[in-house]
Amino acid sequence: MLRLPPFRYHRPRTIDEAVGLLDRWGSRALPVSGGTDLIPNMKHRLFTPDHLIALKQIPDMRGFRRDGSALVIGGAETLASVARHPEVRRRFPSLAAAAGQVAGPQLRNMGTLGGNICLDTRCTYYNQTEFWRDALGYCLKKDGDVCHVTRVGKKCVAAHSADTPPVLMTLGATIELAGPEGRRDVGLNDFFLADGIWNSRRKPGEIVTRVRIPFPSRDSRAAYTKLRQRRSIDFPLLSVAVSADFQRSGRVCQIMGVVTALGARPRLLTGWARIALGRPLSNEVIEALAERAHRQCHPLENAIVDADWRRAMVPVQVRLALEALRPSAASAS
Amino acid sequence: MVKATTCIVHLRVNGDDYAPGVPSHYTLLETLRYVIGLTGSKQGCDKGDCGACTVILDGEPHLSCITPVLAAEGREIRTVEGLAGAGRPHPLQDAFDLNGAAQCGFCTPGILCSAVALLERNDAPTRTEIREALAGNLCRCTGYTKIYDAVESAAEVLRGQSGGGTGNGE
Ligand SMILES: Cc1cc2nc3c(=O)[nH]c(=O)nc-3n(C[C@H](O)[C@H](O)[C@H](O)COP(=O)(O)OP(=O)(O)OC[C@H]3O[C@@H](n4cnc5c(N)ncnc54)[C@H](O)[C@@H]3O)c2cc1C
Ligand code: SF4
Ligand code: FES
Ligand code: FES
Repeated sequence: MLRLPPFRYHRPRTIDEAVGLLDRWGSRALPVSGGTDLIPNMKHRLFTPDHLIALKQIPDMRGFRRDGSALVIGGAETLASVARHPEVRRRFPSLAAAAGQVAGPQLRNMGTLGGNICLDTRCTYYNQTEFWRDALGYCLKKDGDVCHVTRVGKKCVAAHSADTPPVLMTLGATIELAGPEGRRDVGLNDFFLADGIWNSRRKPGEIVTRVRIPFPSRDSRAAYTKLRQRRSIDFPLLSVAVSADFQRSGRVCQIMGVVTALGARPRLLTGWARIALGRPLSNEVIEALAERAHRQCHPLENAIVDADWRRAMVPVQVRLALEALRPSAASAS
Repeated sequence: MVKATTCIVHLRVNGDDYAPGVPSHYTLLETLRYVIGLTGSKQGCDKGDCGACTVILDGEPHLSCITPVLAAEGREIRTVEGLAGAGRPHPLQDAFDLNGAAQCGFCTPGILCSAVALLERNDAPTRTEIREALAGNLCRCTGYTKIYDAVESAAEVLRGQSGGGTGNGE
């Protein structure tokens, strides 16, 4: 039995009211949407807020709507509804796939897109009960002053482990943040930071109200692959999101890859444009891109599986993702 | 940390209204089991991993062990106790019995809830759809096969009862 620490539960009806409550109690309050990350973390005493500000019942944080050349999704929409929404499936199949692979069915009915974007980083030495963490000696991220992964460093390398952000990055999504100082838009590519303790530019007290995804051009494709122990319930051990635009000839005119679950932020792969632009997505090009990704990714011992194996799986997963982009025969070599 | 407080929470469970006094930090599962006395929903991992605590909230399976009780206020809650009709088990419960789909039985209430929610939105699920719908419920005993068999045969019985069966020749 894992008891929750005591807290007061508030159900504001509007975004402004939620922001006001968070501002009023400052560090003693946290927002909660599906609670599928925060509630287990509270049971582990990783967070002990006095006030929980619930967001899911706020009508203005729900819904899907077209806004000019973009689809706008409410931050409190559930992952299940994102995964089955017809427009998401048709225009953003890699997002539907990523949302549909988060955890298991019950958790997708509960968990939200905004909560997924704000998921706390994860580490073998952190996502444990208070008893466990006390027995080992606490760590940098919570209550201690050493990192059990790097042993020497003064930096937390807990892993960004959410499925939808890498995909949203390859789709050029932006999020709207609402806080006491008003609202601001941030591109997801500029959102995450390489700090496992707080891995984003979101200020505490700010909430993700909506996610805006521009509709892609007609010859744009995107794909997502996820490595995990079982095909359900488990967090990613490594995941790869890719997107590319193709000319009519099948040649690549834009390409992007993001790898996650290795470090504190999703890693935007570099050097891909130089390899692929102006060429069809041939086996040779895919091989060169996979090799390039392998050189950039260095997993640490922050997850339950061997880091060397996870590194060896980087080119395998990248290859799978890129193969899924092929516009049928046009570019096959 | 704030001190625990008690609040009155209004819950509608299996069609009955309850308004117990509950510590405001209780989960829905703790409230069902230890306040209302409905102990059918099981407390397994108590942190969202196993599905033993699955209940149906507004038609969709949810994990009651990580649902704050106040988040369930005003919603239609169904638990394993509410599946049987007047004096008769739900056809899925019969099918579990006939197919040997329960061994120790600890996962059974959660699996019944996930499967009933599936059958209510899809009266002829494929094997793959059944596996996907139950992919958040762990069972350490059966190996799952007999559970899938039971859901399939219950679907057939339910189609027969509603008169909408396609009569596939059995
Ligand atoms: C067994 C298990 C398996 C899981 N597997 C996966 C997996 O495979 N992939 C995956 O990505 N996740 C997984 N999760 C984590 C989680 O279910 C999802 O990431 C989910 O999307 C989190 O959303 P939520 O609404 O439940 O977040 P919450 O738990 O409500 O919140 C998460 C964090 O974000 C903050 N927050 C919530 N909403 C907002 C908002 N709108 N604006 C600002 N801050 C906010 C909260 O304060 C909290 O810090 C798993 C969880 C469990 C228990
Ligand atoms: S990476 Fe180090 S500091 Fe961060 S959670 Fe893990 S052990 Fe703690
Ligand atoms: S007891 Fe709720 S998921 Fe295990
Ligand atoms: S019957 Fe024992 S866990 Fe499923």
